[in-house]
Amino acid sequence: MTVTLKGEEVAKKIAHSFPMAIITANQTAIIVTPDSLYQVARFLKATPEFDFDYLTNLTAVDYLDYFEVVYHLTSLKHNHSLVLKTRCYDREKPSVPSVVSLWQGADLQEREVYDLMGITFSGHPNLKRLFLWEGFPGHPLRRDYL
Amino acid sequence: MTLIGQFRDWLINFMPEWAAYIVAFLVGVVAIIAFVLVMIIVFIYLERRLIGRFQVRLGPNRCGPEGIFQLIADSIKLLTKEDIVPAKGDFWVHFLAPIVTFAPALMVFAVVPFHKGVVLTDLDVGILYVVAISSISVVGIYMAGWGSNNKYSLIAALRAVAQAISYELPVVMAAVGVILIAGSLSLSKIVEAQTIPFFLLQPLGFFIFLLGSMAEINRSPFDLLEAESEIVTGYNMEYSGMKFGLLYLSEYGHTLAASCIITTLFLGGWQGPLLPPFLWFLIKVLLVFFVFLWVRSTVPRLRVDQLMAFAWKCLLPMALINLLLIGAQVLWFPKALPWGMMVVNFAVAGILILLWSRLFALGGGRVEV
Amino acid sequence: MALRTEPFVLNIGPQHPSSHGLFRLEVTLDGEVVTGLELVLGYLHRGIEKLAEGRTYIQNIPLTDRLDYLASMTNNFAYVLAVEKLAGIEVPERTEYLRVIMAELMRISSHLSFIGFLLNELGAYFTPLFYMFREREKILDLFEMVCGQRLTYNYMRIGGVSQDIPEEFLPAVKRFVAEMPRLVDEYEQLLSGNEILLARTKGVGILPRDKAINASASGPVLRASGVKWDIRKVDPYSVYDRFDFEVPVGSVGDVYDRYWVRVSEMRQSVRILEQALKQLPKGEVWTKVPGLLRPLRGEVYGHIEGPKGELGFYLVSDNSIAPYRFHIRPPALLNLTALKDMVVGWKLADAIVIFGSLDTVLGEVDR
Repeated sequence: MTVTLKGEEVAKKIAHSFPMAIITANQTAIIVTPDSLYQVARFLKATPEFDFDYLTNLTAVDYLDYFEVVYHLTSLKHNHSLVLKTRCYDREKPSVPSVVSLWQGADLQEREVYDLMGITFSGHPNLKRLFLWEGFPGHPLRRDYL
Repeated sequence: MTLIGQFRDWLINFMPEWAAYIVAFLVGVVAIIAFVLVMIIVFIYLERRLIGRFQVRLGPNRCGPEGIFQLIADSIKLLTKEDIVPAKGDFWVHFLAPIVTFAPALMVFAVVPFHKGVVLTDLDVGILYVVAISSISVVGIYMAGWGSNNKYSLIAALRAVAQAISYELPVVMAAVGVILIAGSLSLSKIVEAQTIPFFLLQPLGFFIFLLGSMAEINRSPFDLLEAESEIVTGYNMEYSGMKFGLLYLSEYGHTLAASCIITTLFLGGWQGPLLPPFLWFLIKVLLVFFVFLWVRSTVPRLRVDQLMAFAWKCLLPMALINLLLIGAQVLWFPKALPWGMMVVNFAVAGILILLWSRLFALGGGRVEV
Repeated sequence: MALRTEPFVLNIGPQHPSSHGLFRLEVTLDGEVVTGLELVLGYLHRGIEKLAEGRTYIQNIPLTDRLDYLASMTNNFAYVLAVEKLAGIEVPERTEYLRVIMAELMRISSHLSFIGFLLNELGAYFTPLFYMFREREKILDLFEMVCGQRLTYNYMRIGGVSQDIPEEFLPAVKRFVAEMPRLVDEYEQLLSGNEILLARTKGVGILPRDKAINASASGPVLRASGVKWDIRKVDPYSVYDRFDFEVPVGSVGDVYDRYWVRVSEMRQSVRILEQALKQLPKGEVWTKVPGLLRPLRGEVYGHIEGPKGELGFYLVSDNSIAPYRFHIRPPALLNLTALKDMVVGWKLADAIVIFGSLDTVLGEVDR
């Protein structure tokens, strides 16, 4: 059975390394600032206790006030998982650091989020639209796209 | 005296000598073309029905009894279709390619003996003629691929040339073995020399010739220039209408030619007990065709580098060993023919095939880029 | 004198016999060798994620049918599991078993078509494909018995399945299960020993273990690379923890291993089916669920082991009748991530086969 790690407990463990990073943490997820996302992700991947070597899923949700980028991480070794989130409040030019250098599996998913949600992933090696053509107006998965 | 010659001599009674020559040959040519076209129709019908059977389905069976008119319907469709030339294609090359491909398939039959004396011209260098003519068709395929101005077609064309050049060698080497035993280049004499079919006397040569012919006529597993799953039928991709029809016909024409040549060289041509010779010839040709079909519907395709490796590292050395063996036997042990030779050659063929299957592994193929 | 050469860009697709749908591979060739590759997707993009935000939870089930159209049952299964997890709905035991039976039948069917298409891409001129489709047809007949559909089943519902199985279903499925192992053996005997097949697949398109994990490959592709990771085992859902089955794992991660893993998985699926049929309880197939389901505010990620890999649904609810966010984790898309690394350096023909060995269905990639 895959154990879902509680956001609060993980937050406690990483709080001393990244005191400024954590916005909030609850039962299901741990939410960090976009600036520290890459460091936190690298820490979670490299620390043997967590060893999140597998990025299961990457997506984004538009809550109108802010975008939430959701990372579902899994450790194949420990068989546990964690939901890592980050929020960006800028609607015009939302930007989140890319995690492709940590998990190659993020490549196409980040392109998809960029395409459909309009969030830029800085540091992505080939950030182009995945499904829609260049020049398509808007980003369809945003809640205000009609 | 061939049948045509007798016919000519009979005609001389009614007309001047030059006219008799022309009329006799025209009649012969028409008869051969009729035979080839009818056989192609039979082949296409058989192929579609039999491959259907191989693939647990029925094949075309709606058009006429057992679907025998399907091909006529298809031809009408092809004839009435618009002929499209790619806008940036080379018109003349594109136009001539089907003709250049189809003509050699017909020309091969000029020397194929159907029965004792039933042959258009009994050339003394029959085998040389066959080898020379049948390799012209690859020029047509290359023209088709080049003139279409299509990338897939171009890949197919280049593959075709490489393949034809590579497989020509083992095929000719295997044919030389036949010539050594028969002592003649003439196809009729080769058939007459086969009191025992040559595939029993030199099984290795037979297999090499069979595989080489499959590659030359681009049948599976050597159908790289059609390779539907990779380059989408390749060289004939941009053809439509009857030009495509000609390319399609030439494919079967070459298959028929290869079947006839294999029958002539290795299976004893028209010779056989009880049944009339012409029927024996047909039966053997259809048998060879059935083998082609069987292989086509069963095995996957080779990759291009594996195809080359198979020709150069497997078939060619084997063909050379075969040639050496046959030459030595003919030169030094003519008394041992045929039974001793048969036993020795079967043993050698078995050992060589086993040896190569152990030592020669297909595979690999990655290139660092 | 060296000849001047230029790279040769070839568009494989969008209309190509081996593109498994509408899909374009922009391949750069040096002779026959692939030196570069770019994926061009989106030809089948229907905006299912956006569509789903405007439909109720139950109305979204037919949409999931259209994701991986060779394994619609599994998509239904993943979606209803996610919604049930979100809304906290318990389903009757008989339903769980029926779902497992359908999912495993679907897995066999999907793997059969995979093997057929892979052999077709290897150049076996449709013969294996027709044999595989003959067996697949039997499974489709079973599904037709159950729900009247052969491609888009829409069979599983939130809180149950659309209807109980008819009387004739059980004998038919038992017949199928009884004859399937023999057929799998027969096909393996015919295919797996074929010299050309081995030459074309062994060592071709190797995806190393670390790379496979890093690139989020899942399902048979991940297992072929030597990772023993099957959601049915590591995170058992439904009643999978009650069955005894093994997870076949490859060693090298080449095309042959991906093929072999799938063949072995069909045997395991048959084993699961045998046990499920034996244990199948009697009873209701339906829990009472409101027609307009309003799950509490929250989010859920539900995943199952689909035939193509880990199929996940990430749902966010805002306590309305439609999901606030409906995200699909498409295994086929993520398996494509590492395609470039696998293909570069191989020949054009291998590129087609390596792509085919990922068992991509474009309905799921593009959504």
